[in-house]
Amino acid sequence: MREKLQQIKEEALLKLKECQNSQMLDELRVKYLGKKGELTTILRGMGQLSPEERPIVGKIANEVREEIEAAIEETLKGIKQREKNLRLSMETIDVTMPGRANKIGGLHPLTKALDEIKEIFIGMGFSIAEGPEVELDYYNFEALNIPKNHPARDEQDTFYINQNVVLRTQTSPVQIRVMENKKPPIRIIAPGRVYRSDTADATHSPIFHQVEGLVVDKGITMASLKGTLDAFAKRMFGEKTRTKFRPHHFPFTEPSAEVDVSCFVCGGTGCRVCKGSGWIEILGCGMVHPDVLRAGGIDPEVYSGFAFGLGLERIVMIKYGIDDIRLFYENDVRFLKQF
Amino acid sequence: MKVPFNWLLEYVDLDKDINEVAEKLTLTGSKVEEVIENGKEIDKVVTGKIIKTEKHPNADKLTVCQVDVKDEVIQIVTGADNIKEGDIIPVALHGSSLPGGVKIKKGKLRGVESNGMLCSEAELGLVDEDSVHGIMILDENTPIGVDIKEILGLNGGVIDFEITSNRADCFSVYGIARETAASFGCELKKVDVSFNENGENINDYLKVEVKTPLCRRYMAKMIKNIKVGPSPEWMQAKLQEAGVRPINNVVDITNYVMLELGQPMHAFDYENIEGKKIVVKMAGDEKFTTLDGIERQLDSSMITINDAQKTVAIAGVMGGQNSEVTEDTKTIVLECANFDGVTTRLTSKKLGLRTEASSRFEKDLDPNLVETALKRACHLFETLKVGEVVGGVIDCYEQKLEPHYVNVSPKWINNFLGTDIDTNDMVNMLQRLEMEVEAQDELIIKVPTFRQDVKIKEDVAEEIARLYGYDIIPTQKIVGEAVEAEITKEQKLIETVKRTMVSSGLYETLTYSFFSPKVFDKINLPSDDELRKVVTISNPLGEDFSVMRTTLIPSMLEVMQRNILRDNKEVGLFDIGKVYLNVGKELPDERYKLCIAIAGDVDFFNLKGIVENLVNVLSVDKAEFERESQNTIFHPGRCAKLLVRKRYAGVLGEVHPDVLENYDLETRVYIAEIDLATLFEASKTEKKYKLLPKYPAVLRDIALLVKDEVEVKKIEDIMLKQGKGIIEEIKLFDVYKGKQIPEGFKSVAYSIVYRVEDRTLTDEEINKVHNAIVKELEEKLEAKLR
Ligand SMILES: [Zn+2]
Repeated sequence: MREKLQQIKEEALLKLKECQNSQMLDELRVKYLGKKGELTTILRGMGQLSPEERPIVGKIANEVREEIEAAIEETLKGIKQREKNLRLSMETIDVTMPGRANKIGGLHPLTKALDEIKEIFIGMGFSIAEGPEVELDYYNFEALNIPKNHPARDEQDTFYINQNVVLRTQTSPVQIRVMENKKPPIRIIAPGRVYRSDTADATHSPIFHQVEGLVVDKGITMASLKGTLDAFAKRMFGEKTRTKFRPHHFPFTEPSAEVDVSCFVCGGTGCRVCKGSGWIEILGCGMVHPDVLRAGGIDPEVYSGFAFGLGLERIVMIKYGIDDIRLFYENDVRFLKQF
Repeated sequence: MKVPFNWLLEYVDLDKDINEVAEKLTLTGSKVEEVIENGKEIDKVVTGKIIKTEKHPNADKLTVCQVDVKDEVIQIVTGADNIKEGDIIPVALHGSSLPGGVKIKKGKLRGVESNGMLCSEAELGLVDEDSVHGIMILDENTPIGVDIKEILGLNGGVIDFEITSNRADCFSVYGIARETAASFGCELKKVDVSFNENGENINDYLKVEVKTPLCRRYMAKMIKNIKVGPSPEWMQAKLQEAGVRPINNVVDITNYVMLELGQPMHAFDYENIEGKKIVVKMAGDEKFTTLDGIERQLDSSMITINDAQKTVAIAGVMGGQNSEVTEDTKTIVLECANFDGVTTRLTSKKLGLRTEASSRFEKDLDPNLVETALKRACHLFETLKVGEVVGGVIDCYEQKLEPHYVNVSPKWINNFLGTDIDTNDMVNMLQRLEMEVEAQDELIIKVPTFRQDVKIKEDVAEEIARLYGYDIIPTQKIVGEAVEAEITKEQKLIETVKRTMVSSGLYETLTYSFFSPKVFDKINLPSDDELRKVVTISNPLGEDFSVMRTTLIPSMLEVMQRNILRDNKEVGLFDIGKVYLNVGKELPDERYKLCIAIAGDVDFFNLKGIVENLVNVLSVDKAEFERESQNTIFHPGRCAKLLVRKRYAGVLGEVHPDVLENYDLETRVYIAEIDLATLFEASKTEKKYKLLPKYPAVLRDIALLVKDEVEVKKIEDIMLKQGKGIIEEIKLFDVYKGKQIPEGFKSVAYSIVYRVEDRTLTDEEINKVHNAIVKELEEKLEAKLR
């Protein structure tokens, strides 16, 4: 019997070595360890053994069973591993094929630039104000120190609805409307559309966007104007940006200035964009004229303020090298998708 | 305004390069448009005299010249036909350079040796290409063999300034010289206004009567025994550099004074002044022929200069042909006057005639400049030996303009600018600007009459700031209490709308705020529709841009058309923009609308899905979609309106084929237009957490056979009504037509989810409700269970 057990064990281990898949393995398990399996059959014949032999043979039989069971486990592990590897290799895909996702659209380049500007000023404590585009002559001109027959009215070719109503030529009327409705401290920007009766061509558009800024409080100085706009320029165009304030004239500010930033294309060494000068003009600004403060119901003896205005299209055109302003309003998706 | 650099240097002693001066003046407030260095490129061009001309042996149109350039006589072949022996001309020698990088070398022209080139004004860069024909002929007294740059005063270059409307005083060489002197702190030289007069008296020749206060001052002098001819080279050269064409010595002197001092003048031929009288008055309704030969219609808003019989000039704009200085003129009346700026500007605008004179007068000149200018002109007439100055002067000056005073404390200026400038420095700066300053607690500043723009203390602050240097003013943060940015609910929600649109795959567009009134017909709008009540622009760029839009749909259709015609077929766009509704008030109601448009592989439900997403993202209260068959822009069977709290909030649908045809569109386009304010009012921005369900849900499916025209919303309304609060959700999972379904019917299948918060529902409860639903569906909609 001992020899028989030994024989079964060797045979089983041999067969397990040759076993290739889980089905064969199941068959082998039944064959050796099942209820009608070879080992069970032998153990049933234990009754015929002497009482002395029985425990010895029993022990051997158990050892054989354990050994076979362990071998089956071992084999099973190997088979599973092999089968998994096989599945993985069959499941290989071409990962360079395009992905699937919901289509995402995009914002207009002018909106994107405006969002950037808004974010910078919101970070400096500015709120966003709005005003009507169809505006009273009073707010667009008179209250801004531009009376009827002022030469500045000729410089800004104005669309009129009637004698008293115009399409605003600048975002500055929002200054007056804000001052009328809010007491200092005032810190706002007012982005929006403005209108000039220019026929559209590569550099002109009858509609374009400005961003107006207004700060009114006690102790506002020209130095704070410079500090604010310098900080804006650095955040908008990069920390290395330098600003240059040049005296200029606007009816609604005194003193007034135009602001150049060091060319954000060449960094100031001179290129085609800055026409070799290293500087790009980006905005006009100044200390709010006392007449304008008074028009807004604010006492210029107590308060002072500064204001600025920048043209959005111009900045975006320079930034992206767009050579035709009409592209902004044509809305060709091949253009819109680039931003 | 073009200022020749050498001319400028006549009035300031300055050892600076032209570019340094331009840079400095820009920083002190005279904006430089351009620095033009004409003479810079000219090299080895000298004056020469033609001593002999011969026909070219091989070419009819060429001439062979022998030219004396002092050290030698050289042979040059030219094609010009305006030269003769004895002429003095500019000669570009062998190895010379001309503007535009042109190099001149000796060579042969049709077999004849040519050792240089005779130059025209265009070749020297003095004028534009086509304006003058032929070789430049110089004055007969011009020395030969001299560098042409010296003769023409081309050594210095020209600075072109942008003069702002408040600085009439800078519209002249002398004005810029004053700014230069103030900027560099150097001396400003006086203008030479000395001259001698004959013993006669102008009052024996002429009377002047000023009948309008819009002429603030009128001065006249007379010059006799005039020899009209060309003005000297140096004067012509300066005029040309400044952009003014030389005419003759009389006109050139008046122009020269205008450029130098900023005061326009006019010369009348005395022979043509009838009745020895000049009258300044408002014009009548009359026609008048100006110097340029054009007949112009005048009206009573314009000032004219008249003699006893007729109009002789439009004041401040242009003189008339009838009193023009000609070759035969012997005696002239020299007018030097001051006219009202606004009147001059409006006159020149009405006539479409802007001249060097009018562009100066319209800035409102200083009436005290008149006298200096007139004297300067007399000085030139005398020193250039053009004529003899008649004694005496006529000066009509009713209200003399006196200097005014501005008081300001240095402390205030420093507080206002954020600077720490010493009082003495302030005084010094103001004195450099020809202001007289008395420094007590306050600065008491006497402002000269040519600085009418300095009226208040802020103006003084600007003068000091610009001379101090804007770049030296420190940069500071805003002081004072911290202010927190406030973002309104509307601003936040608009951002949310934009984000939602972008994540729905749409690109943002921006379109014009005005359009043509014809678009209403193009989009099929009924003739009595409210949207046709527009705000109209009285001076539009054309009919296509003449009314403010009341809807975004037409512009959006145009953008779709443009894209689809350009083969961008799969298009999804949105536009958030204002419409301008004429509500009968002075200003229109400006409202933000959202317009969405999609085309390509999409249908109505893609569009509706986007709108539904938006409604969900904004948590719009009580939003529902209803069939809309009346809106003529849309397909009558494929259009819905969006209702919010029962109020109309927008429309969405497939564009009507007629409208598509009007826009040459062959693909279907789906458009929505939504009123954002209505949506935002119902947006519940405050949210509350609701407990997650504790008790199980019970699912019941139900399949119904209904007539085609039954809208699923009707079925759902009945389910919810009969649901009595125990229905959590209704899901439509199948709509089927075809096999096994009779013609005119459809099968709709729903999953109804029953659940309540506080307990497990019993079968009995559910059955009761479920049966009631079925019953009402059968009764109201003739639905059959399948
Ligand atoms: Zn650059």
